[in-house]
Amino acid sequence: MNNQDRIAQILKAVSENPELPGADESLFDGGYLDSFALPEVVGALEKEFGIKIPDSDLNPRKLETINKIEQYVDSHK
Amino acid sequence: MRRVGSRRRGARFQRAASALLPTPRCSGNGVDLLVASIAGFGSYLPARVVTSADLAAQLDCTPEWILEVSGIEERRYAAPDEDVVAMGVAAARNCLDRAQCPAADIRLLIVSSASSPQRFPGPAAAIAAQLGLGEIPAIDIPVASAGSLFGLALASHLAASSGPVLVVATEKMSGAISLQPDQRNTAILFGDGAGACLVREGAGLLRIADRELGSDGTFAPDLRLPLAGPVEMNGRSVIMQATRKMPRAILAVLERSGVPPGDVQAFLMHQANQNLMDRVAKSVGAPADRFYSNIRRYGNTSSASMLIAAAEWWSGAALHPGAPVCFAAFGAGFHWGAILAITE
Repeated sequence: MNNQDRIAQILKAVSENPELPGADESLFDGGYLDSFALPEVVGALEKEFGIKIPDSDLNPRKLETINKIEQYVDSHK
Repeated sequence: MRRVGSRRRGARFQRAASALLPTPRCSGNGVDLLVASIAGFGSYLPARVVTSADLAAQLDCTPEWILEVSGIEERRYAAPDEDVVAMGVAAARNCLDRAQCPAADIRLLIVSSASSPQRFPGPAAAIAAQLGLGEIPAIDIPVASAGSLFGLALASHLAASSGPVLVVATEKMSGAISLQPDQRNTAILFGDGAGACLVREGAGLLRIADRELGSDGTFAPDLRLPLAGPVEMNGRSVIMQATRKMPRAILAVLERSGVPPGDVQAFLMHQANQNLMDRVAKSVGAPADRFYSNIRRYGNTSSASMLIAAAEWWSGAALHPGAPVCFAAFGAGFHWGAILAITE
């Protein structure tokens, strides 16, 4: 399973919605995730990829889309 | 008032409390050798009730959505001629009456308010004058939501040298929001009110055992009230940082004193958003019902909310000597922290 698939699994589990937005679409603007889902997503990403995301990196814009999340994870592994 | 079966729990808390040996520290955080206690709380809420149904009509949303995203059904708005000074004075008098403390005993006043209508002076000097406190020092700390926590922490350090400290937090947030549909995310949240607490050296109601405060100005743009208003908030950033920093501060004070989260009798938090409080409870690993909540009735009253919650909690609390109580807040700045206190 590639990283984007692993990220997709996390997002589907947190949102409880199997219908993901496109990889470049905002996860929030369309209501797929609400603001309180973001901490849960971050926690799941840290656990799944064995990374530690510092508070200073928690700019919601960095985690706005699936592609941006993948870029972040790839750059911090 | 004690409940049946409380004697065994009280003894356990007493053993935990006696293990809290203070360790001298240089910073503002941590335990210190000077013992200060909270001797009482007070509050004031304006009479006018504004329901979420009232706001929904103006904000092009539904009261159900407001309840879902915030947990708020009602909030209070101050009268047009009711300012932060008037509300602060009312809360202070309520506190002094309940603590049976004459105003003449107060030696320092700390006032948290970030919604004062003028740049300076802040409301502290006027509140001191209206309370008849004489020429004692009266300090303003415009720290917004974490202001009462910071005020309480300062008071706990200063009470031994200054004498009894009155901490007042008073906010008129209805004047800081815009009731336009494009501002609904902030407009739904806020209400008006004031809270107060009295801090004295030595024994009292709750002995302050430890504190953990933090500030990070890199997030300053994410929650602010510009001079021309209204409140501007990057909600996702606030939630993301609050859900990390608040549990971390709470766990820091608990771990330093060897207090398991499940042993805390009450968490008295800044009432920002019910969903946020629930998430903090989950992160800390404490039952959600230990987190006192009145946000459903009063909304987010910024720095006043923690002390308003504390005043209500105190009215109905079954206090077990030795039981830990934890205060926590997070707000614009960002500023955040937690204070551990032990019931006496």
